[in-house]
Amino acid sequence: MNTTDTQLSKQSCAEIDALLAKFPAEGRKSALLGALNVVQHENKGFLTEDLMDAVARHLDLAKIEVYEVASFYSMYELKPVARHNVAVCTNISCMLMGSQSIVNHVENKLGIKLGESTADGRIYLKIEEECLAACAGGPMMQVDHVYHENLTPEKVDEILDGLE
Amino acid sequence: MSEELVTITVDGREIQAPKGAMLIEVTDKANIKVPRFCYHQKLSVAANCRMCLVEVEKAPKALPACATPVMEGMVVHTQSAAAKAAQHSVMEFLLINHPLDCPICDQGGECELQDVAMGYGNDVSQYVEGKRVVLDKNIGPLITTELTRCIHCTRCVRFGEEIAGIRELGMTSRGENARIATCVEQTVASEMSGNVIDLCPVGALTAKPSRFAARAWEMMQHASVAPHDCVGSNLFVHTLRGEVIRVVPRDNEAINEAWISDRDRFSYEGIYSEDRLTSPMIKQKDEWKVVDWDEALKFAADGIKSVLTQLEQAEIQDDTQSESEDSGEVVNKTNPADKIAALVSPNSTLEELYLAQKLLRSLGSGNIDHRLRQSDFSDQDAAPTMPWLGQNIEDLEKLNAALLIGSNVRKQQPIIAHRLRKATLNNAAHISFVNPRVYDFHFPVASNIAVAQQQLSAELALIAAAAFKASANDVPDHLKKALSGLKPKVEHKAMVSQLKEGENTTVLLGDLANMHPDFSVLRVLAEAIATQTNSVFGYLTEAANTAGAWLAGAVPHRGPAAATEDVVQGSVFAEQNPDAVLLLNVEPDADMVNSQAMIETLQQASRVIAITAFDSAALRDTASVMLPAATFAETSGSYVNAEGFWQSFKGVCQPSGEARPGWKILRVLGNLLDQQGFDYVSSDEVRDELRSQCENIELDNTLNNAATIKINGAAAELMRCGDVPMYSGDALLRRASSLQQTQDAQVICVRLNAAEASRLGVAESDSVLVKQGNSSAQLSLVIDDSIPTGSAWIPMAVKGNELLGDAFGEIMVEKV
Repeated sequence: MNTTDTQLSKQSCAEIDALLAKFPAEGRKSALLGALNVVQHENKGFLTEDLMDAVARHLDLAKIEVYEVASFYSMYELKPVARHNVAVCTNISCMLMGSQSIVNHVENKLGIKLGESTADGRIYLKIEEECLAACAGGPMMQVDHVYHENLTPEKVDEILDGLE
Repeated sequence: MSEELVTITVDGREIQAPKGAMLIEVTDKANIKVPRFCYHQKLSVAANCRMCLVEVEKAPKALPACATPVMEGMVVHTQSAAAKAAQHSVMEFLLINHPLDCPICDQGGECELQDVAMGYGNDVSQYVEGKRVVLDKNIGPLITTELTRCIHCTRCVRFGEEIAGIRELGMTSRGENARIATCVEQTVASEMSGNVIDLCPVGALTAKPSRFAARAWEMMQHASVAPHDCVGSNLFVHTLRGEVIRVVPRDNEAINEAWISDRDRFSYEGIYSEDRLTSPMIKQKDEWKVVDWDEALKFAADGIKSVLTQLEQAEIQDDTQSESEDSGEVVNKTNPADKIAALVSPNSTLEELYLAQKLLRSLGSGNIDHRLRQSDFSDQDAAPTMPWLGQNIEDLEKLNAALLIGSNVRKQQPIIAHRLRKATLNNAAHISFVNPRVYDFHFPVASNIAVAQQQLSAELALIAAAAFKASANDVPDHLKKALSGLKPKVEHKAMVSQLKEGENTTVLLGDLANMHPDFSVLRVLAEAIATQTNSVFGYLTEAANTAGAWLAGAVPHRGPAAATEDVVQGSVFAEQNPDAVLLLNVEPDADMVNSQAMIETLQQASRVIAITAFDSAALRDTASVMLPAATFAETSGSYVNAEGFWQSFKGVCQPSGEARPGWKILRVLGNLLDQQGFDYVSSDEVRDELRSQCENIELDNTLNNAATIKINGAAAELMRCGDVPMYSGDALLRRASSLQQTQDAQVICVRLNAAEASRLGVAESDSVLVKQGNSSAQLSLVIDDSIPTGSAWIPMAVKGNELLGDAFGEIMVEKV
C-alpha cells in the first residue's frame, strides 16, 4: 500500500466497522452502501476516487466493485456539489400532480438547471431518478434527507430561503 | 450437482439430463441450438442478455435457458412461436444501441452478434432515435476497446473475477449509461487478459496488435502448441497469405481448458521483428557478410573440422613428445572433441535438441547442455530421467495443499496458477510458497515465506525438520547433519500439517529453485518434505521443452532416454574451455545465468556457430557464423510438457527470408561433417527415432542416491537475486513488441527494501553503482519492500543484464 493513499477518518472507520458487525464475516461487501453513505456524508455530500479507493481497501474489495456501486446508485455524488442537496421528485405520481412546474420554479429561482449547483455553493439541484415513495403527498421534494410534501411555489420559496 | 437424472422434452425429443443442470447445458450437449451472448460454459451464469429465452410449458413467460435448471417432466420449445417472438424482441432490443456498421468493425465476419442477428434479427428496426455513444478507454497495449459496440453481456467482467482472479473490469453506471470500465482508466494487467478478446461476443474488445489486419474468412487456421512455458497450451495460429496474424486458444480440457496466457497469444509478433536474421552470415576479418547457405554451411562445417584436426595434431604432438621423453608416466589423454561444445535453448523442439546432441556425440563430444540458467549441477547423476510435474495438470485443481519452492507460478506458468486457483476456490486448498521475495498471487496463499536467496535452503531445512518430526520417521544419514538441532517455527509446522493431512498434496520446485546456486540442496529437502508428508514431488520446469531436452539427451552426462551406457559423456559448460561452440537458439547476453562469463568464453573460442532466428549485437560480437533458423509457427517439431505429454505440431508458414527449420540445418551439418545417420526426410522421423528409445521410460521424480547435503551458512551481506521476467524468457518474447509495452515487461533496475537501502545510504530513484567482481553497471534504484533484507533484486534476461556477472552471485551496491 502506498503511504500517500487517502485514509478514512477515525470516525468513518468506526462507523463502517459498526456496519460490518451487522453482516457475516464473508459478506463484507454488504456494508458497502452504508460505508459510502458515511464517507459521502463526511466529505460534504460527494465522493472522490481517492475516497472510494480508501473504502475499497477498508472493506477489502476491488476498486472497481466500489466504483460500480457508487456509479449505479443515484444517491451517490461523484462530483463536488453544493452543501444543500435538493431533489424534486419527478416520477409518475408527482408528475401528475405538477412536479414539472415546481422544477421550473426552482430552476428559475436559483438560476441553475437540474444537476447543477449554485455559484455560492449553497444549493445543489439533484436530478432525482427514482420515486421517493411519498406519492400520497406529491408533488414533493427531499432537502437534505427531509421530505417536504404537497409543494406549491410559495412553500418551495420558504423552504429554500430557509437554507443557509 | 447430483447424479440423479431427469427426463425432459425439448422440441419433441426426450433427453436425459442430470437434475439441476441448466437447460442450456443440456441443449448444448444434445446439439440443439439456443442463441446466447452472456452465457459461457466456463463462467458463472449472469442471465443478463436474455437472448436464450425459450418457452417452457406451464411457465407464464419465456425463460432464459442459461438460468433455468431442468426438472423432471419439463417440456421445452426452442422454436415455438412464443420462443421465437421472445428471441426476436431481445435481438431487436440488443441492436437498438449497437452500431450497424459491421464492415468497419474488426469483429465483422466472426461476430456472435452478427451471426445471431442473421438468424433472429429483423431487416428494419422500429427504433429511429439516436444511438448512444460511449467513449473508448485505453486499457493497455494488448486490447482495443470500442465500447459503443458493447452489449453488456459482462463476460469480460466475470472472466476477470472468476478466472483471472482480478477485478479490473467492471460495469459502471446503469440503464442507458451502463458501460464496461476499468476503474479510472487503468491498464488491464492480468497475465491472461487476452482471453477477454475471445470471450467478447461483439467487437467491443479486440486484439490491438492484429486489429484490422485481416478478415476471419481470409485467414487459415492451423493447430499448434505454445512455445514458452512448460504447460504446452494448445493453440490455433491464424495466418494470412503465409504470415501469422494472430494466435488464439485451442480447447483442451486436460491442459489449457479454453484459455491461453497473454505470452502465448502475443509472442508471435517477435517472428516479424526487425532483428530477424533472414540470410546466413559469416564473419571474415571482423566484418559480417551475407553469404548463401552453401557457403555458410561449409564455413560452419569447416570450422568444426579445423578445430578437430588442430586438436588431433596437437594430441599427436603431445603423444610423440611424451614418447620421446619416455618418462614412463601414463599421460592422461583428453578426448580432442571435448573442445567442442553445444548450448541449446530449452525452447527448441525435441527434434532440434535430439539432432544437436546426436551431432555432438557422433563427433565425440558430450558437451551439450540445455540448462542455461542452472548453476548447481552437483547432483545431476541423482536427477530423474526427466524432471516432471509428478501429476497431470488437470489434477492440480483437486489439490488440498501444495508447497511451491522458488516459484512465481502466476507469471511463469499462468495456466498452472489458474488450476491452483481453482483448487483454492473449490477445495479451500492451502497453497504455500517459499520464495526469495514476496510475490503477489491471485488466490489466497496459506503461507508466503520470503527470505533472501542465500537463506532459502536453511528455511527449507526447517520445513524438512518439521516434516520428519511429524512423520516420526528417522532422518536418513544424508540429511542428519543438516537437520539436526533445527527448531521449526509455527508456520513451518502448519505447512507440514496441511501437506500431511490433505488428501491430494504436492511439493513443487519452481524455476527459481532450479536456477538457485543451492539447487541440489533444495531438491533433496523438497523431496524429503514430499516423502514425509505423502505428497507428490514435482517440478515446474522452466521452458516449453525442458522436460523434452532431458529425454532428447541434451545434457552432458546422459544420452537420449537418459541412457548412460555407451554414451559419450561431457562436462557442464562452466567447466569447459571450448574451442568450437554450437549455439542453438541461444542469445549469450540474455539466456545464461552468467551472461558475462558466457560472452568471455565465447570470445576465446575460435569458432562459434550460431543457429539463430535473430541477429543481435551479442551474437555479432561472439559468433563466427550465423545460420538463420525458423521460429515458432515456422517449423514443425514436438514439445514435451511438464506432465510428460508429447505434442507435435506442423510449421504453419514459410520461414522469413532464407531461414530454415533448425532440424534441417542440423541434419545438413551432420552430413557435411561426414557423420552417419543424418538422412532424415521429415521431423517426424527424428521424433520417432527418439520416441522408440523412450518407450520404456517410466516417469519418476525420486532422487537416486542423494548425496549428503550441507546447508550453506554465512554468505556475503548482500547477494544478487532475480528472476526472468514473464516477457523476457526467450528470444522471441524479448522481441514481441506489444508484450514489451505492458507493465510486466521490465527494464533493468535494482530493487532493495527500505531497510537495506538506508543501510547502504541510497534512496528511491537514485542512480546506483552495482558491482559484481570486475564488472559494474549504473542502475536506477527502486525501493520495494517485497525484497528480503540481504537481497539486491535485478531481473535476468533483460537488456543491461550482460554487464553484470552471476545472477545469484555476490554484489555491491553503492551510491554514485
